[in-house]
Amino acid sequence: MTQQTGTEHNPFYDASLTKRHLRAQAFKLFTLTSIVFAISFLVFFLGDMVYKGLPAFQQSYIKIDVAYNEKSLASTRKAIDKKYRRIVSRSWLRGIPREVENNPALMNTTQTRWVLLNHQVDQYLKGHYYKVKAKNIKLVDAMQADGLVELKFNEIFFTHGDSKIPENSGFKSAVVGSILTLTVMMVVAFPLGVMTAVYLEEFADDNRWTQLIEVNINNLAAIPSILFGLLGLAVFISLFGMPRSSPLVGGLTLALMTLPVIIVSSRAALRSVPDSIRQAGYGLGLTKIQVVQDHVLPLAFPGIMTGSIIGLAHAMGETAPLIIIGMIAFIPDTPTSIFEAATVMPAQLFTWAGMPERAYIERTAAGIMLLISVLIAFNTLAIYLRKKFEVKW
Amino acid sequence: MIFKTPVLPMIVGSVLTVAAVTASAAEQIKIVGSSTVYPFSSSVAEEFGATTKNPTPIVESTGSGGGMKLFCKGGDANTPDITNASRRMKTKEFKMCAENGVTDITEAVIGFDGIAIAQNKNNAPLKVTKKQLLLAVAEEVPAKDGSGLIRNQYKNWNQIDSSLPDREIIIYGPPTSSGTRDAFEDMIMKGQTKKMDVYTSLYKADKVKNKAYKKYHKIRQDGVYVPSGENDNLIVQKLDKNPAAIGIFGYSFLMENDDKVSAATVEGVLPTPDTISSGAYPISRSLFFYVKNSHRASVPAIDQYVELFMNENMIGPDGLLSELGLIALPEARRAAIRAGVMQHKKLTLDDLTKK
Repeated sequence: MTQQTGTEHNPFYDASLTKRHLRAQAFKLFTLTSIVFAISFLVFFLGDMVYKGLPAFQQSYIKIDVAYNEKSLASTRKAIDKKYRRIVSRSWLRGIPREVENNPALMNTTQTRWVLLNHQVDQYLKGHYYKVKAKNIKLVDAMQADGLVELKFNEIFFTHGDSKIPENSGFKSAVVGSILTLTVMMVVAFPLGVMTAVYLEEFADDNRWTQLIEVNINNLAAIPSILFGLLGLAVFISLFGMPRSSPLVGGLTLALMTLPVIIVSSRAALRSVPDSIRQAGYGLGLTKIQVVQDHVLPLAFPGIMTGSIIGLAHAMGETAPLIIIGMIAFIPDTPTSIFEAATVMPAQLFTWAGMPERAYIERTAAGIMLLISVLIAFNTLAIYLRKKFEVKW
Repeated sequence: MIFKTPVLPMIVGSVLTVAAVTASAAEQIKIVGSSTVYPFSSSVAEEFGATTKNPTPIVESTGSGGGMKLFCKGGDANTPDITNASRRMKTKEFKMCAENGVTDITEAVIGFDGIAIAQNKNNAPLKVTKKQLLLAVAEEVPAKDGSGLIRNQYKNWNQIDSSLPDREIIIYGPPTSSGTRDAFEDMIMKGQTKKMDVYTSLYKADKVKNKAYKKYHKIRQDGVYVPSGENDNLIVQKLDKNPAAIGIFGYSFLMENDDKVSAATVEGVLPTPDTISSGAYPISRSLFFYVKNSHRASVPAIDQYVELFMNENMIGPDGLLSELGLIALPEARRAAIRAGVMQHKKLTLDDLTKK
């Protein structure tokens, strides 16, 4: 095996060896390029999102006097000095009557407050394209030099719902809508999916019917998601009269979509539990249900959970079926039950992406960052569960 | 992981509870319809939610046609209360409504929207006429020698007219589902082809077979006209990337993106609020919404919403919606329409058929 004596004396020497090694090298390089390519795409995408989205976590405010009196309650523009009217956010001024209502002591006083600036000035301060008159730019610049204009942490993004006023828009109603929709989805799809898998794997005979069901489940997993939306519209809204745009309908529709994923992964998990466990159970005189419920299912659970979490993450990013059932709409109020109208995170992003105002670009990117963080967290949880509870046979 | 409690029956039980619940819709206004009216409608909705004690109305952007379909489906509480449209209700739709028991409808005109023909800002200014636009987009155009219709062969603008630049024709415009497309076809194509003998003579020759030539409005499908989805931002991006391209979209998107795109003059007129309102700019259309009056009793907030919408602070020339690109109606017309809407004037088939 040694080559110290020189290749020509080596009885194992093969003339094509160098060439074969070269080809192996080239192949390795090719596979490496592919992964570098994929990673650079991902880095570019994420980098672009973070670069565009980070400014959205800050919002600009101005420190000015606000007068609370009869006049300003009647026309909220009059609460502030004339020269600020073009740069201050309409949504902030709109809230003045409610503020006085909550705190009557404010009436007939003048307070120095940090007031929300409008999105055009905000875009100017963040160095983006803006449309503000030169005289207002001068005013903002002068006030910024005095420390009266500041970029503060953007609480609104986390405490408000959608808005047509960019600086007033937030992600909260979409987040709550997503939670409600996905809860409905999991409550329906998880037990149904797991039970189906248990039946097919543990109880059903292997005959034509079960084979037909199996083929159909696999086909179902490959159906374009928009079709589930049409099904949801026809069945849940038109036939059962459930409220349009509600998390109830959204959750049920997504449940149909996720069912095959859960069934397939649960079956795989059940199949990986060795037969010796079942036979040991029967040997001890356990009934079938005891074997399944107390031994097979618990052992298969990490695998079932992994599949379900991946199905959940998949459903979380879904928009196509929700268009059809009316969840992609202007819904700024945060839903409090599964019967109220709600929107979900990807739907909110879709809405923002179509808005003409530039300030929505950073909000869309920030929303994508949040959505991706949640998805990564879910996938991490799935991997963690698998590693922690997985049993090697 | 061993289950101590009977988990399975519990899970199954909870599923059944959820599935058994039948829902009742809240008294929240539901609005559907045109994607062009959507920004205006949702702004009013937001203002309504923020300044009154009512819940914010739900506004869905389904396109004008899609909105009509949902609106006319019936009178029960799960159907929309209001539908927005970037064109007038069609008589076909009115009849569909009537068939399903939706007979008491009030029509409101809120203002104008200009349709901009735009290009990359770095290009030299572009001047087009309606005729030139027709020749650029139609599937069949008159042959140069006037002998009849031929398939559209124009690939460069200067082939249509020597005054136009030597540039490839590539047009990003709205898809068939869009109200903007309807308006473009109406004003640029039908408006001209119905007066051009080369099209209408074919119709007169065989009224059944050549019905399409009465008001010819077929857009070419050889890749020169690219339908670009309902998202006008996408068209703006395309124009930004491709200096040769021309885009067709609503005036509000032009206003918001004037650092990237500029408008072409059509018949020598640039789209501005003044030229659109006066009718000097030739491609503009009215925007509408329709109220289902039978829902007014069960959803009392509808009246307040409509009143807020028709208020001078909203649809007036200095109103909130003008900042978003809505062009106000002339004052007298505004007042007349407001009065009609406030009295819940019932829309009739005659209203829709007369011009």
